Amino acid sequence: MTALSTETTQASRTAAIPFILKKAFLSACVALVLFSLMIGIRTEAGPDGQLTWWTRLGDLASIVGLVFGGSIVVELLRQWIGPTGAEKLVPAPVQRSLSLAGRFLGPALLVFTLLVPVIFYNQRYILDLAILVLTYVMLGWGLNVVVGLAGLLDLGYVAFYAVGAYSYALLATNFGWSFWVCLPLAGMLAAIWGAMLGFPVLRLRGDYLAIVTLAFGEIIRLVILNWQDLTGGPNGVSGIPRPSFFGIPLDNSDDGLAAKLGIEYSPTHRIVFLFYLILALALLTNWVTIRLRRLPIGRAWEALREDEVACRALGINTTTTKLTAFATGAMFGGFAGAFFATRQGFISPESFTFQESALVLAIVVLGGMGSQLGVALAALTMIGGFELFRGLETYRMLVFGMAMVLIMIWRPRGIIGHRAPTVYLTKAQAISSDLVKEGHG
Amino acid sequence: MDYFAQQLINGLVLGSIYGLIAIGYTMVYGIVGMINFAHGDIFMIGGFIALISFLLLVSLGLTAIPLILLLVLLVAMAVTALYGWTVERIAYRPLRHSFRLAPMLSAIGMSFVLTNYSQVAQGARVKPVPPIITGGYTLHEGAEGFAVRLSNMQIMVVSVTIVLLAMFTWLVSRTRLGRDMRACEQDQTMAALLGVDVDRTISMTFVIGAALASVAGMMYLLYYGQVDFFMGFVAGIKAFTAAVLGGIGSLPGAVLGGLAIGLIETFWSAYFSVEYKDVAAFSILIIVLIFMPTGLLGRPEVEKV
Amino acid sequence: MSGEPILSVDRLTMRFGGIIAVQDLSFAAERKKITALIGPNGAGKTTVFNCITGFYKPTGGAIRLNHDDGRQSALERLNDFRIAKQAKVARTFQNIRLFPGMTALENLMVAQHNTLMRASGFTFLGLIGVPTYRDAEKRAIALASDWLKRINLLDRADDAAGNLAYGDQRRLEIARAMCTEPALLCLDEPAAGLNARESAALSELLQSIRGELGTSILLIEHDMSVVMEISDHIVVMDHGVKIAQGTPREVRDDPKVIAAYLGTDEEEAAAVMEGGS
Repeated sequence: MTALSTETTQASRTAAIPFILKKAFLSACVALVLFSLMIGIRTEAGPDGQLTWWTRLGDLASIVGLVFGGSIVVELLRQWIGPTGAEKLVPAPVQRSLSLAGRFLGPALLVFTLLVPVIFYNQRYILDLAILVLTYVMLGWGLNVVVGLAGLLDLGYVAFYAVGAYSYALLATNFGWSFWVCLPLAGMLAAIWGAMLGFPVLRLRGDYLAIVTLAFGEIIRLVILNWQDLTGGPNGVSGIPRPSFFGIPLDNSDDGLAAKLGIEYSPTHRIVFLFYLILALALLTNWVTIRLRRLPIGRAWEALREDEVACRALGINTTTTKLTAFATGAMFGGFAGAFFATRQGFISPESFTFQESALVLAIVVLGGMGSQLGVALAALTMIGGFELFRGLETYRMLVFGMAMVLIMIWRPRGIIGHRAPTVYLTKAQAISSDLVKEGHG
Repeated sequence: MDYFAQQLINGLVLGSIYGLIAIGYTMVYGIVGMINFAHGDIFMIGGFIALISFLLLVSLGLTAIPLILLLVLLVAMAVTALYGWTVERIAYRPLRHSFRLAPMLSAIGMSFVLTNYSQVAQGARVKPVPPIITGGYTLHEGAEGFAVRLSNMQIMVVSVTIVLLAMFTWLVSRTRLGRDMRACEQDQTMAALLGVDVDRTISMTFVIGAALASVAGMMYLLYYGQVDFFMGFVAGIKAFTAAVLGGIGSLPGAVLGGLAIGLIETFWSAYFSVEYKDVAAFSILIIVLIFMPTGLLGRPEVEKV
Repeated sequence: MSGEPILSVDRLTMRFGGIIAVQDLSFAAERKKITALIGPNGAGKTTVFNCITGFYKPTGGAIRLNHDDGRQSALERLNDFRIAKQAKVARTFQNIRLFPGMTALENLMVAQHNTLMRASGFTFLGLIGVPTYRDAEKRAIALASDWLKRINLLDRADDAAGNLAYGDQRRLEIARAMCTEPALLCLDEPAAGLNARESAALSELLQSIRGELGTSILLIEHDMSVVMEISDHIVVMDHGVKIAQGTPREVRDDPKVIAAYLGTDEEEAAAVMEGGS
């Protein structure tokens, strides 16, 4: 198999221009068949329910031309870089220096993040974006516990985000409880749901686990959507209280923080407060995860990812180990959800679709499973990249999907593919990702 | 009783559609060992291709409904099969020997690409078609005025499914391609050593799966009278559920699972609540996997120590 | 044979569907001794191992582990991780099952999971960094270093287990099993794939485990030189039943054993057995 494929790539490497043109021509032919009906013809339901259609031959021609040109470029690149070009794009020394730079990159990034509200105080848009990025950093770190450390694939992570968000929203709107009371509750409820999901799927592996977690996520969303009495169904929950500064509201009133401090009120205060709130939550997640990795439970998670059978032979209770991984990851998701609810002031089932789960999973995998810094960088890249397509709402998911495919082909092991040992005698050496297992799920 | 009989018919029809999609999942899983997340979207694309080719043929002045349907079927199968081939070529083949999560994420990405591609290409609104096959039979006239009906449309869905399954079974059990497929399922390296073109066989698996899904898409279009860009997601998960329920890797299992899911969904909607029908289907998936991880007809997996 | 054996297997039977892999097998492993389970391929040795270590549930029979303090564990009733945790039976695998992406040291730390878990107050105390946990971790590292020194891998402590040479991985797996501080150590073909020098080192290691630490060992092995050299007692299986047992010398001369190994050609078989001694 491998020998065969290298042979063919070798052949294509030495191929000449006619070969490239032939290949491009074939690609264009395929594209013509693929797109002739879907793009060449546009259908639309008319006003009286009658379907109408019209042709878009110009679009069709340009997209086929694009495929032709693109195919030539890709083929040229492939010959230029070589068959394993994707790997070589980031050569090993660069990777090593990257991981070395990681030691300084992390703290530098943290300092910069702390200063963001100072630097961009008057740029509401950037602050909002930064909050969004941090939310995904936190979700990524949370999911990293399950996927990256314990090696359990979870495609329904958004369910816990939803549980956290609705817990806070419902507790706050129905009972008037404050954010600081609800936050731990939201985390706990999410953790319970995490364990509940974990329990039935204990015996499942790989793709089965993936599909069950996906189904679980969908069940939660559908229940939220349909249990109208409790959740408001598709209308969602609105009027969710904003967080207070430990009891002091951040508003224009006389009791507000601004009045108490004797400074002029500005709506930015709340944004800055939210920024530091999510930063603190994300850092808490990070801190706890780093600590847990160095505790027996964290090592057991990683051992579980490496070899479950060996774990059992060593007397490790794999059931509780898996459940704690699910619960811990879910708890962080719940925290993030509570934050999301208080930040938005309004939540609806629309925010908790499978796409969100896929996005968070993509962040974890792109980050390099298990690497905290990698996940943060991936979240920054993904959410930032997403933001670039803000104007082109419909193309956004299209581009996201393409990016996912390309990233997987380019770097299936993520940005930072090294594992740092949790304990060492003389010197901590990074472990190459080729050795690290990806777990059963 | 009449109501029950009617739901049974409806459930079997829906189940046939799921079964056709489920075959694609189960085949790909059997050979490549991955969930082809984009398969539900291939089904959706199949529906769209059928819709557009139908519109074109009608505009060209064709009036003979059977001829139109036959042409639509052939066009949909051919074009959608090419989609299946392309998806495998672009998103899965480069990752064949990669780390196991990679093809799965690539597949999820591909699913997003296809969903949003049809949204961009054909708009977000639901595309309705008028009923093409009308008429039917009244099987039983109930006392309370409730009649059990079997429409021509339903007959067609089920009979097309049966014919395709027969062809497909023949393909897998009697042809060289089928033998190659089964060989790759057992052991790809060994198959390659024995002269099986593994790449081509895997490609053909995707092509056949996509062709069957396109038929399901066309049946869906005719039966429900509409398609939209988002229909692939839920149908895909349900069909996957069907494949798992039947025992993944088993072809008769996929059909059996499809019928089971179709029936469960229909009966749940009929007797309990329509809103929670998807919840029911997904719960079944979870329950089956817990108590019967190998499904109805699957092979048990022995843990090697 | 004096005193109570550490492990007694009584009429163990294991069926897979219609196939009987092990039938009415009874044997005992003496305390502080090395007992070897040998037999041709497919004799059911690994199945016996999997029954003892809880990976299979026996169809019938009893497996008793007698602890030093008189406590008795019914292994056929405990499942997977409890056998290692409560009955203190540790095992290695025929095809090495280390945690390849973790360092040698980490592998040995994972083996001390249950001790460390208690010390960390089931994570909660460890999370806030109580000193008792830190002490326990230091002790765990000391034990691990001690084992790394024994297996001559101290300088590779911070290397990924997957990067070690094959023979080193075999020894590391034994050290990892020993870090669970077992009463009985079960080794599934520990000498498989080792060269003569490595086999000799292995024999030495196993003898020191028995001699210095007093840990009882049960092993499956094909390498007759190892078996004959270190075993105190040998149980021979063929087609799921016990065909002979005794000291290495007794077993070597047993015609039934020779027949089992090489059909009925006794002369040839005798030559193999002799060559192994």
